[in-house]
Amino acid sequence: MIATRHPLLSRLVRHAGRIALTVVLGGLLGATLVRVAPGFGVDEAELDSRLSSQSIAALRASQPGSDSVASFYWNYLSRVAHGDLGISRSLQQPVAELLRERTPETAKSVVLGLLLGWLLGLSLAVAVVMSRSWGVDLFASLLGGTLLCLPAAVLALLFLIARMPGRLVLALIVFPNIFRYTRNLLVRSAASPHVLTARAKGLGNFAVFFWHILRPAAPQLLALAGVSVSIAFTASIPVEALCDLPGLGQLAWKAALSRDLYLLVTLTMIVAVVTLGANSIADLLGHALSDHSSEVPA
Amino acid sequence: MSRNFVLRIFAVFVLGSALASPFATAQSNQQLRFCLHSDPKTFNPLLAEEDSSETIRYLTGGVLMRLNRLTQDLEPELATAWRVSDGGKTITFKLRGGLSFSDGTPFTADDVAYTIQQMMDPNLHSPTGDAFRSGDGKVQTRVFDAERLSVTFPAPIAGLDKLFDQVAIMSAKSPKKEGAVLGPYAVVDYKAGNYVLLEKNPNYWRHDSAGKQLPYIQTVRLDIQSNRDNEMLKLVHGEIDFINSLDAEYFDKLSQQNPSLVHDSGVSLDSEQMWFNQVPTSPLPDYKKAWFRSTAFRRAISEAINREDLARVAFRGHARPAVGPLSPANKFWFNTKLQPHPFDQKSSLSRLTQDGFHMQDGVLKDRDGHAVEFSLITNAGNKYRERMAAMIQQDLSGIGVKLNVVTLDFPSLIERITRSFDYEACLLGLINNDLDPNSSQMNVWLSSGENHQWNPNQKTPATPWEAEIDKLMHEQANSLDPRKRKAAFDRVQEIAWEQEPFIYLVNRNALAAVSPNARNVHPVVLRPQVYWNIDEISLGNEVAKNR
Amino acid sequence: MKWARLFGIGFLIVVTFACVFANFVAPSYAHQFRDEPEAAPSRQHLLGTDDLGRDRFARVLYGTRVSLLLAPAAALLSSLLAVLIGGTAGFLGGRVERAVMAATDLFLSLPWLFLLITVRALLPLNVSPITSVAITFALLGCLGWAAAARVICADARSLAHSDFILLARASGSSGLRLLWRQVVPNLQPIVFAQFWISIPVFILTEANLGVLGLGVAEPLPSWGSLLRELQSYSAITGQPWQFVPLILFVVVVSCFHLVLLEQESPA
Repeated sequence: MIATRHPLLSRLVRHAGRIALTVVLGGLLGATLVRVAPGFGVDEAELDSRLSSQSIAALRASQPGSDSVASFYWNYLSRVAHGDLGISRSLQQPVAELLRERTPETAKSVVLGLLLGWLLGLSLAVAVVMSRSWGVDLFASLLGGTLLCLPAAVLALLFLIARMPGRLVLALIVFPNIFRYTRNLLVRSAASPHVLTARAKGLGNFAVFFWHILRPAAPQLLALAGVSVSIAFTASIPVEALCDLPGLGQLAWKAALSRDLYLLVTLTMIVAVVTLGANSIADLLGHALSDHSSEVPA
Repeated sequence: MSRNFVLRIFAVFVLGSALASPFATAQSNQQLRFCLHSDPKTFNPLLAEEDSSETIRYLTGGVLMRLNRLTQDLEPELATAWRVSDGGKTITFKLRGGLSFSDGTPFTADDVAYTIQQMMDPNLHSPTGDAFRSGDGKVQTRVFDAERLSVTFPAPIAGLDKLFDQVAIMSAKSPKKEGAVLGPYAVVDYKAGNYVLLEKNPNYWRHDSAGKQLPYIQTVRLDIQSNRDNEMLKLVHGEIDFINSLDAEYFDKLSQQNPSLVHDSGVSLDSEQMWFNQVPTSPLPDYKKAWFRSTAFRRAISEAINREDLARVAFRGHARPAVGPLSPANKFWFNTKLQPHPFDQKSSLSRLTQDGFHMQDGVLKDRDGHAVEFSLITNAGNKYRERMAAMIQQDLSGIGVKLNVVTLDFPSLIERITRSFDYEACLLGLINNDLDPNSSQMNVWLSSGENHQWNPNQKTPATPWEAEIDKLMHEQANSLDPRKRKAAFDRVQEIAWEQEPFIYLVNRNALAAVSPNARNVHPVVLRPQVYWNIDEISLGNEVAKNR
Repeated sequence: MKWARLFGIGFLIVVTFACVFANFVAPSYAHQFRDEPEAAPSRQHLLGTDDLGRDRFARVLYGTRVSLLLAPAAALLSSLLAVLIGGTAGFLGGRVERAVMAATDLFLSLPWLFLLITVRALLPLNVSPITSVAITFALLGCLGWAAAARVICADARSLAHSDFILLARASGSSGLRLLWRQVVPNLQPIVFAQFWISIPVFILTEANLGVLGLGVAEPLPSWGSLLRELQSYSAITGQPWQFVPLILFVVVVSCFHLVLLEQESPA
C-alpha cells in the first residue's frame, strides 16, 4: 500500500536494500581477495635478525590466517553490528578512530577534486559545443590529453615543488575524464535534428543549450557524475600516498602493503557504500529526468 | 585558474627557482624538525623494532650506558659505574642518585630491576630482550639499595655491557607507564599519519659545562613523511632541519646547490647482497637446486658481477664493493685480510667449466644441457636494488647466463623467502645497527637460525662449512675475551668469503643532509647518524640567544 | 581541422614505422654504457642516456613499440566489454539493468590490487618480459570496463526509449539485431571517449604495476617505465631530453584523439 502511494519512497527503500546487500557482499569478496593473495599473514619484522626464533614464532602465531574467510567475516560483521570495527594490525590503532581522523581529509580532497574537475571539464565541454570552434576543441582536447598522460606522481611532485596544495592534483586527474565524456555527450546532443529546429525557430543560445542540448544528455551526465565519485576516490589513493596527506587513500595504501585485513575490509565497504550511493542517486535522478523528459518549454 | 596554474608550472620548469633558495621559511628557534618515514608502531621502548619506534625510544629513553656514536666508546649515563663478573653472567650497576622521571616519579634501582624483568618476560617477546637471551632459566635481579643493583643471566653473554645502550629504563611506579621517561624528550602529542610532538623533559639529568640544563631545544616535531621527495623538498624549503638517511641522488642534487648541506660519513654498516635458494624442499627443479648448492657456481656468479660499477653507477659513487657480512666501518670486528671478490669473467667461466658447465652459441649450459637461466627477486620501489638487478643482468649475460629480474611487493617477497621458498635468487639488504656480531649475526649464521636466509631452520647443518660456522659462532658467544671472539668471527668471515652463501655486493655510504641552522651536528656512521647527540644540538637562533 | 587530422595520421604512421624498424634505426635498448650514465645527447646517443647509461632514443623506440601495440589493444578490450555489459543492461532495462549495475558498482569497489598480486603469484618467475607486459595489459583490459559501462548503460537506456528505436521496433527489428544495428552505433561517442581515455590510463597503470611484479620487466622498456624516470625530485634537473618520452606520449595520445575527432566534430 505504502509502496503504491509513495513510489519514490519505495524506490529509495529498494535502492537502500540493494546497497546494503551489495556492500555486505563486497566486504566478503574483498576479504577473500585479500586472504587469497600472497603475502597475507607475514610481517617485515620476521627479517629482523635480532629476534630470537621464539619471538619470530610468536610473531607468526599472532598473524591472522587460521580462520576461514567465512568465519572471519561472520565474526567481523557481528563486531560491526556492535560498533566495533576492530584494531588495525599495521598501525596498532582502533579502525574506527583511524576512520574518524582521516575521513575529513579525504572528503575535503574528493569534494574539492570533483568540484574543480567538473567545473573545468564541464566549462570546457560547454565552450567547445557553444563556440563550435575547432580551435577551442583542439586546445581543450590537448589539455585533457596532456593531463591524462602525466603520471599522478609527476603532477604531485610539480605541485610540491610549486608549494601548492597536493589535494588539487585530484582535480587534474578527474578533469580529463569528465571533459572527454561530457564533450562527446554534448556534441552528440548538439548534433540532434531538434536542436537545429530550435535554433531555426529563434530560440536563444542559452535556451537551446539548456533545454535541447544539456537536458537530453542529463541522464548520461548524471551517470558520469556518479562514476566520477568512484574515479575521485580511487585517484585519492596514489595522490594521498604521494603527497603524504593523512586521508583514507593513504590509509588504504598502507593497509594494502601490510595486508591489514580489518582495515581493508572496512575500507572496501566504505568505498562500496560511497560508489553505490553516488551511482544510486545518479540513477534515481536520471530516471526522474527521463520520466519528465517531455516537459520542454514552448 | 588553469591558466595561472600552467604559467606557474612553466615558471618552475624554466627557472627552477624553487630549488635555488632553501631555508626561505623562517624556522622556529624553539623547535627542531625532521621526518619519520612511517608511523611508530609502538611507544613502548621494550617493543621498539622498526626505525620510527626506535627513533622515539632514542629521543625519550634514558639508558644506563650509551655507546657514543662518534667515538664508539661506551659511556656512563644513568649508571655511573658498572662491572661485569661471574664469567659474563652478572653485571652490577652503580646508579646516579637524585634523579626523577619526566613526571616527577623518583628514579631508583627498582625501576631498573622492573625494566629488566619486563624486558626478559618471555610472553612480551621484546626484540631488545632477545639480545640478552643466552640460555634457559630466569634472569635474577638483586637490588642492594636505591642506587645499586646486580643482574644475573642464566648464561654468559658476550658484550653484555654494550647491549644496555638499547634498554630504555621504565618506571615501576608511575601511572603514566611508558609516558614517564628519563631521556631528553617526552612525547606530548601524536597524530597518526601526521606528526609526533616531543617536549623537553623538565627533569632531564644532563647539564652542559656551564651548568645549563640540556637539551637546548625546547621541542622536537617529527613529521610522518613516507615520500622521500617530500622530505627533500621540506629540507629545501626550510621546513625541516635535517635528513637522517639521505639517498645518493638527493645527496648529489643538494651538494650542487650547497655543498655544506650534505655529509658523507663514509661507508656504513649496511650491506646489499644476493643469495641463491638452497632449501632442499623448495619447489625448484633438481638441476637448479644442484647449481645453487655448488660453491663453484656461486663463486663464478660472484666473480662475474662488477661491484665497482654497482657502487659507481647504481649508488652514484656513494658505496663501496662489499667483502662480507661486516663493513670496514666496523673497525674492531671487520676482517681486514679480506678483499672484495674481483670482477673477472674469465676466471668465472673457468670455474664453471671445471664444475661441468659449457658455453654453446653464447649460452651457458650445465652438463645435462639445461641453459642457465634463473630469476632474481627483489622488493619493488627500491630504485638502487632495481638498478643493481639490471646491472647484474647485463654482467651475467657476459658469461651466457640469462637473468630474469622480478620486482615484488614486500609481503609477497617475504612470503616467498620465509614460507613457500618459491624463488631462485633474491636481492636484499641488511641493516646493521650493532657493532657486535653476537647480537645481530647469530640468527643469520647459525644453521638453525630463522635468518639463515639461503636455507633457514636446519635441524642439522647441511654442509661441513655450515657446521664449522655454527661451532665458531657458539665459540665467540661463549667467550669474554675480545681477541678470541674476534679470531672466531674472523674465521666466520673467511668461510663466508670462500663459500659465498650470500654474495655481498656493496656497502652503502652513510649520507645525511643538515640545515646550517642546526648547530653542533656531527653526522656519523652509526645510527642515529645525525641526532645521536640530540641533547647537545642547538638551532642557530638559540645559540645567538645564549650568547 | 582536416590538416590536424592528417598530421595526426601522418605522425602515427611515422612512429609506427620507426618502431617496427627500430632494430635498424637504433642500437640495443638494453646495453648499459656505464661510463656515460645520464649523458647529454650526442651523435652516439641522440637523446642522451639514462641512469644506467642505456641509450634513451633506443629505449623510447622500443618502449613505444610495446606500449603502442598493447595499450590500444587493452583499451579496445575494455571498451568492448563496457559496450557489451553496459549497453545490454541499459537496453534491456528493468531488473536486468539493476542487477548488472549493482554488480558493476561492486566491481568498482573491490580491491583489485589483490587479484593482480595473486595473478603474479600464479605466473612463473621466469616469464619473458613481453609475456609479462602482455598479461598485464590483458588484465587491465578486463578490469577497466566498469566506469564506462555505467555511462554507456545510462546512454543505452535513453536510446532504448528514443523515437528511432520505436520506429525500428515497429518495422520488425528486435533483440540482438536491434541492439547491434541501432543502439551500438549511437553509443559511439561514449565508446570513443572510453577508448581514448583508456590508452594513457593503462600505460600509466602498467608502470605502477611494476610494484607488484607485473608490467614490463628489465631490460624491456615501456612508456610507463620511461616515465618513471620523471617521478623523482632528483630527476627534474631541467635536462630537457629527459622529457622526450613524456612529450612523445602526449603527442601520440593527441594524435589518436585527432584521428577520432572527425567522427565527433561539433561543427
